[in-house]
Amino acid sequence: MSPSTLIARPTISVSTSLPPPPLAAAAPAKPGIIIRDLNVWFGDNHALKNVSLEIPDKNVTAIIGPSGCGKSTLIRALNRMHETTPGARVQGRVTVHGEDILDPEADPVLVRRKIGMVFQKANPFPTLSIYENVAAGLKLNGLAKGFPMEDIVEESLRDAALWDEVKDKLRQPGTSLSGGQQQRLCIARALAVRPDVLLLDEPCSALDPISTAKIEELILSLAGTFTLVIVTHNMQQAARVSGKTAFFLLGELIEFDDTPKIFTNPARKETEDYITGRFG
Amino acid sequence: MTLIAFDSGRYRRRKLFGRLAFASTALCAAGVLSALFFILGYLWVHGISSINWDFLTKLPKPVGETGGGMANALVGSAELLGLAGLFGLPTGVFAGIYLSEYGHNRFGTIVRYTTDILNGVPSIVIGIFAYTLFVLPMRRFTALAGGAALGAMMIPIAVRTTEEFMNLVPTSVREAAYALGIPRWKTVVFIVIPTALRGIVTGIMLDFARVAGETAPLLFTAFGNRYWSRGILEPTSSLPVMITHTPFPPMRTGTARPGRRAWFF
Repeated sequence: MSPSTLIARPTISVSTSLPPPPLAAAAPAKPGIIIRDLNVWFGDNHALKNVSLEIPDKNVTAIIGPSGCGKSTLIRALNRMHETTPGARVQGRVTVHGEDILDPEADPVLVRRKIGMVFQKANPFPTLSIYENVAAGLKLNGLAKGFPMEDIVEESLRDAALWDEVKDKLRQPGTSLSGGQQQRLCIARALAVRPDVLLLDEPCSALDPISTAKIEELILSLAGTFTLVIVTHNMQQAARVSGKTAFFLLGELIEFDDTPKIFTNPARKETEDYITGRFG
Repeated sequence: MTLIAFDSGRYRRRKLFGRLAFASTALCAAGVLSALFFILGYLWVHGISSINWDFLTKLPKPVGETGGGMANALVGSAELLGLAGLFGLPTGVFAGIYLSEYGHNRFGTIVRYTTDILNGVPSIVIGIFAYTLFVLPMRRFTALAGGAALGAMMIPIAVRTTEEFMNLVPTSVREAAYALGIPRWKTVVFIVIPTALRGIVTGIMLDFARVAGETAPLLFTAFGNRYWSRGILEPTSSLPVMITHTPFPPMRTGTARPGRRAWFF
């Protein structure tokens, strides 16, 4: 295994590495995200119990389940965002492309550069323009030098299917866009740092059906390049965009399989009850 | 069941009580408004005629003579406020940033509590403190001592407003930065502070406005001066001290003088 890039060392550091490959370049086949016996506690609340899961590379994996089942907890643990919550504790092992991201020596800042995240509510930086929002990740990480920033911004906005709508107003504030556009701006911002994995935490739950359709289209178009994990309350959405689906209930992984199988022929009674709308 | 209330005594009593309660709150609200407008109106009527170019550019005339201005007090006040800002704002604003970003612990609680106590210390006490700290060892009244006293008074408000406005920046904005792999300190400096900046600046303005009217801490620090101050190590005039000192001894100079000074203030 190559030296870990998640642990900052004077000699090997991400900020001095070669420019990341362009978004479209096919990465060599690697193992995806492997989760082994993951447990998460918030204070005394055991939010995630003994979860083991293998998320495939360069594909879309959906996480479904009723509110409070641990969906968001799971993906927040995948880029160590849980650490921003006081009292959160994690046990278990998560490797992304072979690197242990929960290793206490791994720098969460470097983990998050590899594993981006899009949130439920669009959260562009309120003081920055559209352009600056997209450039913020690289600029504030000190990675901007020697990069054709304008090209990266344009490419990221194109990848997020937003370029045509904003190309004439890049200097306007990011918050001047509509809700759906803001969410795509947030996706563009996450893509600009070229992560390996993109985590989406209910990215469409605050959007209307047309904006939702655009984001779903976008997710499908990114699937070949990135490993995507999407948490959703919307089972039709999971069925439309994902290759694999994991169903969670009360902090436990109930079932994980190919999406068509989960929705047509689930193995567990709980899954069937949930997807047929008998509860949840 | 009918929706038209019974014409019972109880119902009428309730209605009457409601009207009385409404009327008394409205009356008090009007009282607040009229008190302010009475003061402002009085000052305007009696003071506006005295505001002229001399008032802004000339030194005060010797006691007993009419005319003259208070240019030295204007400049002195600006100088004192500048020094106060220099002493008080960096401490206050940086402490506020600390409290908001890293102060969720025992030390932070102690700092918050101490800040509230400092805010409650009477201004004359702060003046005496600056007197013992600067004036006694230096054996002279100085603008420096006055600025330090006012600066100490500015700290608590700067701390609390900065903390409040930093806390108002939504968690989602911070999370967005963390999720991009932006280190914590850069998130604070380049994302959170710019987002809160407008509020912090407003707080600083209010802070200046508050100490600009302070007289007590200046009485034994900057002291006052009938002439131009020769530097920050000299006694220096200021508007509130000038207002306090000048009008009373020679009452025959008339009410126009305190009036016009208060108007300006």
